Amino acid sequence: MRRLRSLEDNPRRVAGLMMLIVAVLTAVPFPALGQEDPTQGVRVKLSFKDEAGETQPAVGVGVIVTTADGTELGAGVTGDDGEFVLATDTGPMTVSIDPSTLPEGVSLRDTEVTSRNIVVDTGRVAIALFPLQVGDGPIDTGSNITARQVLQLTLEGIKLGLFLAMGAIGLSLIFGTTGLVNFAHAEMVTWGMFAAFVAEGAATAVGLGGTKTGTILFASIAAMLVGGATGYLLDGAIFSRLRKRGTSLIAQMVVTIGLGILARYVILYFFGGSSRFFKSVSGQSAMRIGLVEITPSDLISVGLSIGVLVLVGLALQRTRIGRAMRAVADNRDLAESSGIDVQRVIRLVWVAGGALAALGGVFLGQADQVQWETGTRILLLIFAGVTLGGLGTAYGALVGCLMIGLGIQVSTLWIPSELKNLGALFLMVFILLIRPQGILGRKQRIG
Amino acid sequence: MTALLAAVDWGQIGTLTVSAGLGVDAMVFAMAAMGLNIHFGYTGLLNFGHVGFMAVGGYGVGIAIATWGWNPYLGLVLGVVFALILALLLGVPTLRLRADYLAIVTIAASEIIRFLARSTTLRPWTRGTEGLNEFAGEFYALNPFKATFYDWGPFFFTGNNLFIILIGWGFTLLLALLIWQLMRSPWGRVLKAIREDEDAARALGKNAYWYKLQALMLGGAIGGIAGMLQVIAKSTVQPDTFQPVITFFIWTVLILGGVGRVWSPIVGSMIFWGLLALVENVLRQFVTEGFIPPSIMDQNQVGIFRFMAVGIGLMTLMVYRPQGIFGSREEMALDAR
Repeated sequence: MRRLRSLEDNPRRVAGLMMLIVAVLTAVPFPALGQEDPTQGVRVKLSFKDEAGETQPAVGVGVIVTTADGTELGAGVTGDDGEFVLATDTGPMTVSIDPSTLPEGVSLRDTEVTSRNIVVDTGRVAIALFPLQVGDGPIDTGSNITARQVLQLTLEGIKLGLFLAMGAIGLSLIFGTTGLVNFAHAEMVTWGMFAAFVAEGAATAVGLGGTKTGTILFASIAAMLVGGATGYLLDGAIFSRLRKRGTSLIAQMVVTIGLGILARYVILYFFGGSSRFFKSVSGQSAMRIGLVEITPSDLISVGLSIGVLVLVGLALQRTRIGRAMRAVADNRDLAESSGIDVQRVIRLVWVAGGALAALGGVFLGQADQVQWETGTRILLLIFAGVTLGGLGTAYGALVGCLMIGLGIQVSTLWIPSELKNLGALFLMVFILLIRPQGILGRKQRIG
Repeated sequence: MTALLAAVDWGQIGTLTVSAGLGVDAMVFAMAAMGLNIHFGYTGLLNFGHVGFMAVGGYGVGIAIATWGWNPYLGLVLGVVFALILALLLGVPTLRLRADYLAIVTIAASEIIRFLARSTTLRPWTRGTEGLNEFAGEFYALNPFKATFYDWGPFFFTGNNLFIILIGWGFTLLLALLIWQLMRSPWGRVLKAIREDEDAARALGKNAYWYKLQALMLGGAIGGIAGMLQVIAKSTVQPDTFQPVITFFIWTVLILGGVGRVWSPIVGSMIFWGLLALVENVLRQFVTEGFIPPSIMDQNQVGIFRFMAVGIGLMTLMVYRPQGIFGSREEMALDAR
């Protein structure tokens, strides 16, 4: 469970844009390793951003790889591309670099971390990250806040908020229509992410889609189909039956916890712990629009998610089934007695929620990485968004998630980015205490 | 097939299963589940952040000794004090909330604690992701089992392990007796009344809020002690050992044993860890012997499969036997509204 912790420190794009001059491992997709590279082992790629913002390799840095018990497996220096690769057996390894050999004027962002523990899986190259910066010591981010940073972080915040909202709407509507808090919903996001990853691989293999855009589009649609089907199956095979049996909501909630654990580890079982990337969109460089930067794929994702969310809103407002959904969420008994097939509506909410979460997963995977722990990481953020906006309402979920996304990203202007998620959690707790029904929720008896 | 099955060392598997059922993990989880049992089993509080209590307990003892150089006994006290403070912080504002809201707040709180512990901001006290290591020695100095290894027949313990296991299980048994008496007392009956019908308890003049807060503090302190035992047994306190999934394992242990019964956390934990070890070791040997081809499962995946089994187990238990082994369905309808 802990073996990939080292990768979690992967600095986000924001950090780089905040003039934290960091070295990030370039988003090289795994199978695209060159001929001379081993297919299993350890890989270190050191680079930093110079004053002009260009990524430069850190050449000639000493690297040592040891096993967990301290036996040295190999040592060397990074090459002209700033890379050091070593073929190893599987198992836990420690990768250390020698900070005194770093290029002049370049230092480790976290000066105390000169070694990382990683685990090499069968047939995988494990990556050790060492963020670098120009200059010494932590860079003061608190002082000169520029308009550009604010705009950039706002954009990142909206992006994150929209992607979270894709997952949150289903969670909120399922709660609204059935009263169930679905702890497995974030795993639907991961599930969709990996469905798209598989579909992308399959499409590339048979030459479907042709262009990269076509491939990722195909993968996204496949993910939505898989997500919708999963929602259908979960409700059909498990939750509709539990409802019929009169199983209490608390018991159903514990079932969703079991389901979440199962889903998470099924993904880990089949895909392993390494991070993957969508090959069709990885390695894109950011475009500059006005003062802000965004990669083309993220721009498309943002546009698509706005489009999808507008469609969902229209469907809820204008279509018969959408109105039925809102009616059930509002007052189930009344809806049932006025002739709405409540079970059918709930099934549809599960399908739509699953499909939306899956699409959100594809977007998140493109913006960040395809990783089995994604669901665990965003579960509480989605909860935060949903409770902030008001449990049970679709629009509340959207508004809440946008606020959470913005809050998380913009707060990095003042607080260390490793603590940015804390703000969201505190906000959620705070909202639950002072206004448990959320911003857009309707007051009901609490407690 | 028989010949193949004969190649598996069932004796060794049995030994490992029994050892796991008596080992450190089983002891820690039994203790933690006892705390959760007071929260959920007797009072009906949906605490989904129990690992947070373990974390503050573990960090209390770790920080007191390794960072501040306190007397180890004061460290133990600090761990309990931290857990009590956490219970107050959580309980005072949230016990008025609906049960599922309390669940979300508690899980968020446990993650906040983990994030803070691994942050560089608190690094001077917690040493970030590496965690604290130098605090358990003073406890082991008291260890009367001086030999490095002890073995009885096929069973095998290190001296330090034996020490902490005996102390831990002894303490667990004492606590179980205490809880048994407490829950027979008028105080315990009020807790159960609140679980069954809070409004009715209030109508009888009982301050339900105050009773719930007391239950949260008592269960939280027991969770904190479980955390202290864990970090002392492992001689290290690291933030990422306190993941939310641990809370759900404790839930599984509790539900397996039977919610709202004194002995169920102990038996549930022994069975849970015994079963996990059984599944793991049988599969490992099957993989080694080649019954299961490496394309289906390799040694790495055996460990992952255990977690999948926990997920399936929790779901099936909840659907088919929510009262667990000892519980009674009538008493524990599991509807903590």
